[in-house]
Amino acid sequence: MSTIARAPEPAKASLVNDPKVRGLVYQAVLVVVVVGLVWAAATNAVENLRAAKIASGFAFLNSTSGFDIGQTLIPYSATSTYGRAFLVGLLNTLLVAAIGVVLATLLGFVLGVARLSSNWIVARVATVYVEVVRNLPLLLQLLFWYIAVLRSLPEPRASVNPGLGVFLNNRGLFVPKPIVEGHAWIVFAAVVIGIVASIAYATAASRKQTRTGEQSPVLLVALGLVIGVPALLWIVLAVVAGNPIDFDMPIKGTFNLRGGLQIFPELVALTLGLVIYTAAFIAEIVRAGILAVSKGQTEAAHALGLRSGPTLRLVVIPQAMRVIIPPLTSQYLNLTKNSSLAVVIGYPDLVQVFMGTVLNQTGQAIECVAITMAVYLTVSIATASLMNAYNSRMALIER
Amino acid sequence: MSKRIASLALAMGLGLVGAGLGATTASAQATLANVKQKGFLQCGANTGLAGFGVPDAQGNWSGFDVDYCRAIAAAIFGDPTKVRFTPLAAKDRFTALQSGEVDVLIRNTTVTMSRDTTLGLDFPAVNYYDGQGFMVRKKLGVASAKELNGASICTQQGTTTELNLADYFRGNNLKYEVVAFATSDETFKAYDTGRCDAFTTDASGLYSERLRASAPDDHIVLPEIISKEPLGPGVRQGDPQWADLVRWTHNALLIAEEFGVTKANVDQMVKSDNPEIKRLLGAEGSYGESIGLTKDWAVRMVKGVGNYGEIFERNIGEGSRLKIKRGLNALWNKGGIQFAAPIR
Ligand SMILES: N[C@@H](CCC(=O)N[C@@H](CS)C(=O)NCC(=O)O)C(=O)O
Repeated sequence: MSTIARAPEPAKASLVNDPKVRGLVYQAVLVVVVVGLVWAAATNAVENLRAAKIASGFAFLNSTSGFDIGQTLIPYSATSTYGRAFLVGLLNTLLVAAIGVVLATLLGFVLGVARLSSNWIVARVATVYVEVVRNLPLLLQLLFWYIAVLRSLPEPRASVNPGLGVFLNNRGLFVPKPIVEGHAWIVFAAVVIGIVASIAYATAASRKQTRTGEQSPVLLVALGLVIGVPALLWIVLAVVAGNPIDFDMPIKGTFNLRGGLQIFPELVALTLGLVIYTAAFIAEIVRAGILAVSKGQTEAAHALGLRSGPTLRLVVIPQAMRVIIPPLTSQYLNLTKNSSLAVVIGYPDLVQVFMGTVLNQTGQAIECVAITMAVYLTVSIATASLMNAYNSRMALIER
Repeated sequence: MSKRIASLALAMGLGLVGAGLGATTASAQATLANVKQKGFLQCGANTGLAGFGVPDAQGNWSGFDVDYCRAIAAAIFGDPTKVRFTPLAAKDRFTALQSGEVDVLIRNTTVTMSRDTTLGLDFPAVNYYDGQGFMVRKKLGVASAKELNGASICTQQGTTTELNLADYFRGNNLKYEVVAFATSDETFKAYDTGRCDAFTTDASGLYSERLRASAPDDHIVLPEIISKEPLGPGVRQGDPQWADLVRWTHNALLIAEEFGVTKANVDQMVKSDNPEIKRLLGAEGSYGESIGLTKDWAVRMVKGVGNYGEIFERNIGEGSRLKIKRGLNALWNKGGIQFAAPIR
């Protein structure tokens, strides 16, 4: 700005040549063209749909859906609306993406480090895993896991019961479902307070360590705060005011178990497939990241007397993270988008529910596709921004 | 820009005026001309439903619905092989028809009010009267659908099946768990692998899918029929000529059966004195021309694929692997409800 203002040419002549003014004009023209095109396409579509006597608009989201969905995280029935069905699908997608991202990251890091292990067998096993898994189409892997999961589990009447009200069969994993009522909130509040207190304690402990070199029993204290105290409260409450948390136990029914919390085989197979596949790519990213940290860093750490574990944890990985995070982000996005392959194994994700049944019943292809695209775009952008924020934090700490 | 907007507004205005006058788009109206020009009929078919629409290893299609496609091709071109098939999963079929990917959809599709009125489609005929049923493994010891409380049920998405299932269990106050798949392959495999206690679809589909089970005799079909499923061909709305052609194809196949006109005797029948047969086979009147075809359109059809009874028998009847009785699909004068409007 200021350099242009101080430029020697007279102001009048510069307006046409002024790169800033030109840029603005180009952008304005582009915006007008894009808006015009979108508008033209939209009106054209509406017109064509009307001519073909196909319903259009978003009013269908308020109509009754009429169909049931197997796995619903929020209350839903055939009398709910299409809009509600959309939410059910969306939550199912987010669920599998969230679990998938966490597990794939853990497995990917382990494998990536293993590939660089000096232990020949460990390194070879990791290499074979990566090469096999990332070279087979994900679709095939999902079908394989689904059938493998189903085939290896017993029928409901022969459920595996390892005790504690846990059952396993080819309809899924059944665990006792906690019913929260009465004084239960006290226990939950204690857990939350415990987590907050543990974080505060850990921060103080690390500060103390930097200052004095003294280490504190962080893990022990955290366990006590998060699990010990609430458990104690629970027992006290149970004695004083009756059991605060009841469990809905799975019991055997005619066909299957009734009650309890059911984890469907479709969710297990989809998560398994996505995690195993994505972890192979994350492993490669981690390996590349670690290799990018110069060997001198490791040698220096060793020279200071750090053993291999702490060297990796305290010196190598933090530096490697800078290289790892950007490609890791795109793996997270891939995992989320790949979860739409759920369709082939009957997991009711957003695409299966909304682009499948809802689109078929309402016939409103344009609306359904547009909404679905907007959702994936939003989720992807949100994930990417989070990771970018994390990345800039890591980068700052580094320098 | 303003020119563009003006022309757009003009086009929109014209479009509205057009719609107001009851005119429809050119593309929708010209299906027959378009098919004639292409030289073949593009038919929306099953991805694979034995007896109704299924390709063999060489890609040759056969089945009850497939023969309807062939009958239309024969009526237009005099050659039942001038058809190309587009395999469509249940959930994709209407989009394919709306977008013009196929000329006609003949794929065990139930006629319902919403499909007829909100999808921009028309259903000119019902070629198979059906209803929804359940299949279970024998060893479950279940004898009625009412005993399915708490069962897990596999079904295909994008079907009336999905909706009837919800209605039935809600209406009878029963609980169930639905597992819905996109294609019949996936659905049946999941059932066969033990994921579900029951498999549900149209009764016709049950006959067909049971053949795919690893041990067909281990499964039984429960007695309840929980819905009405009038299955028939679908076309795009707004092309009455094409809808007429499809409707009268079906009627002519029924009339041929009613009057004993078969693949084997159609050439002699042309000389028949029976006025009904004369009108059917074009010896009298110009009925073929009235739907944009030639006089002998029905002769070509019956020569190509036989009459309704022959198509039924060959693909799904008691002599076939599916062994389906005519039941509701017998002619009206033989105890069924297949009743064709007369050609006159
Ligand atoms: N008649 C029902 C169901 C039609 C349907 O698609 N049934 C399945 C289950 S038997 C089927 O034919 N699948 C074979 C395929 O996808 O090709 C409808 O129109 O919604």
